[in-house]
Amino acid sequence: MSVEAPVREAAPVRRSRAFGSLVRALGISWVRDRSQVFFNLILPGMFLVLLASVYGSGETPTPHVLEVGDAPVLEQAEPGAFELDGAADLDAALEALEEGDADAAVVQDGDEVTVYYSQTNATNGTIALERLSGLVDDVNVAVLSEAAPDAPVLRLETDAAEDRSLEPVQYLAPGILAWGIAISGVFGAAGTLVDWKRDKLLRRLRLTPASAGTFVAARITVSLLVALLQTALFLAVAVAMGLELSAWTWFAVPLVLLGTAAFLAIGVVIGGIAKTGPGAAGLSNMVTMPMAFISGAFFPLAAAPQWVQWLSVVSPMRYLNDGLQAVIVRGESPVSVLPEVGVLALFAAAVAVFAWKTFKFDEL
Amino acid sequence: MDAAIEVTDLHKTYRGRRVGEVRAVDGVSFRVEAGEFFGILGPNGAGKTTTLEIVEGLRRPDGGEVRLLGRSPWPHSPELSQRMGVQLQASSFFEFLTVREQIETFAELYGAGRDRAAEMLDQVGLSEKAGTRCEKLSGGQQQRLSIACALVGDPELVFLDEPTAALDPQARRNLWDLMRSINGEGRTVVLTTHYMEEAEALCDRVAIMDSGRILAVDSPAELIRGLDAPTRVTVAAGQLSEARVKELAEGGTATSDDEAVVFETRDPRTLLTALAADGALEGLAVRTANLEDVFLHVTGREWRE
Ligand SMILES: Nc1ncnc2c1ncn2[C@@H]1O[C@H](COP(=O)(O)OP(=O)(O)OP(=O)(O)O)[C@@H](O)[C@H]1O
Ligand SMILES: [Mg+2]
Repeated sequence: MSVEAPVREAAPVRRSRAFGSLVRALGISWVRDRSQVFFNLILPGMFLVLLASVYGSGETPTPHVLEVGDAPVLEQAEPGAFELDGAADLDAALEALEEGDADAAVVQDGDEVTVYYSQTNATNGTIALERLSGLVDDVNVAVLSEAAPDAPVLRLETDAAEDRSLEPVQYLAPGILAWGIAISGVFGAAGTLVDWKRDKLLRRLRLTPASAGTFVAARITVSLLVALLQTALFLAVAVAMGLELSAWTWFAVPLVLLGTAAFLAIGVVIGGIAKTGPGAAGLSNMVTMPMAFISGAFFPLAAAPQWVQWLSVVSPMRYLNDGLQAVIVRGESPVSVLPEVGVLALFAAAVAVFAWKTFKFDEL
Repeated sequence: MDAAIEVTDLHKTYRGRRVGEVRAVDGVSFRVEAGEFFGILGPNGAGKTTTLEIVEGLRRPDGGEVRLLGRSPWPHSPELSQRMGVQLQASSFFEFLTVREQIETFAELYGAGRDRAAEMLDQVGLSEKAGTRCEKLSGGQQQRLSIACALVGDPELVFLDEPTAALDPQARRNLWDLMRSINGEGRTVVLTTHYMEEAEALCDRVAIMDSGRILAVDSPAELIRGLDAPTRVTVAAGQLSEARVKELAEGGTATSDDEAVVFETRDPRTLLTALAADGALEGLAVRTANLEDVFLHVTGREWRE
């Protein structure tokens, strides 16, 4: 029957080792989960490639202009300003415009130059119109200067504003990176918590000598490592697509880590509410999708309506985006992004406290 | 002997918005001696898991006290966790890890080495499966891995929550041998089960639990003896005359039909000797009372499974 239990010496608990082995175990499960790898590492880069090609290369196209009959004014055009073709008559030219085969048509009747520009291809139509009116101005200036050499004339120099601000890959890269960091953090934390609720793994781990804080720290460490890996891979893709990294790019590291902390905290709140994996994914989407749109992740925030810009004030993704934009693309020093850093830190702390207070640990 | 576990008047009520109140544990007290094999036997929803979780320190009771190796399991203390091993009702593993990685991770959490991990895999017979991912193991193999993880820290006290549920009879017997050897190594074992034969075969003492209460605690033999139930002896019909049946049923009862004659007796030895002398042993079956009868007796209803 019963035997007296021999006295055993309790082995000392080595916390650092427990932490290390947990990071390893969680890291291995992360790497072996292909969908995680795709979602976190591949998807943001894919988005960048797709969106950058949608927004175009950023070079101003050469407008395709139809000369109806004879339009002598076009002879004065600088070479390469237009792609010129002839058209038999106005009807044929207008039909070509409607079909999008040409961007503008020019009819000259003595002194009167009429420009028909395309609405089908509005951007190119506008460019054609601008250049044609510039051409007419230039011709007039030349004629007037000849007639009255002493009279002063105004000259207008135009330059496309985009060249001075950002190429698509430049404004897209920080935005999509911020979005990638956000989805990894939110989906990662929410999904993990729901898994833990289902598998009771945390319950089992709580009964080991390692403290509960060790597991949480190990899980957060894995997320931070993933975020850094994600950033490195993403920037590599962006550079391949023409992004030039500023000297301050390294400051993206603390920004990404801080951003990850903020989004993990949001994920913990969601993971506390959601009961199932799909539920957690749905809620995560509900948070991250609108956030991406109000934070200028996929298009410059300046192009968005005023109310969106106001709303973006409450979105942590916006601060991450702005901070990354500043240090990676604009080459601004870390000091200039201190406000973003401050807001992200505050946000992370506030949500973490909220998550901690509301989380039902009993369910784990 | 020292008590490994002392539980006094535990109460736990679950409150849910939709389900209302469930009194999962309703005044439970018991004591487990060091080195004992203790069983909690009860049907689904009896409150076994809840009781165990409170004792392990996973849940806080609404009322009552638990002393585990002389201290309170709440709040969580690493020193205490080091001395106990737990197998939860649902196996809980790190996803996507192989059997070896799994047990080695647990070993490190308990401050044990790889040798110990390998030794445990060997003891539960999973050495061949070391490179297999845990999700690809069969139910019984998962249970065994789960037990290996519970033992890897070399605990004094082992909690096993329905380790043999959903196993085939052969796998169940294998696990029985394993559990016996765990207890044989001097570890105190607390087992929950809803299999009568299991409790009878393994446990030094059994607590019979139903609806959150413990209705009886004793060794299986004592519980059965306490019933004072007759032994049922059955033989095929047509071997004994009616008069002889009546004679043999002296001091008990006998019922007969076309198929069989059933005696209920408190002196099975005399009856069996007489039947043997008559050469009337065809179709012989002897059934003594078991824990099922004990359950019926203490709850007033049939064992539902
Ligand atoms: N987390 C919970 N929330 C609400 N009710 C619960 C919870 N866990 C268990 N219960 C209820 O408490 C009662 C006891 O459950 P418990 O899991 O302790 O039973 P058990 O004896 O382990 O059953 P089984 O043999 O099925 O494992 C049941 O009625 C169950 O529905
Ligand atoms: Mg149970």
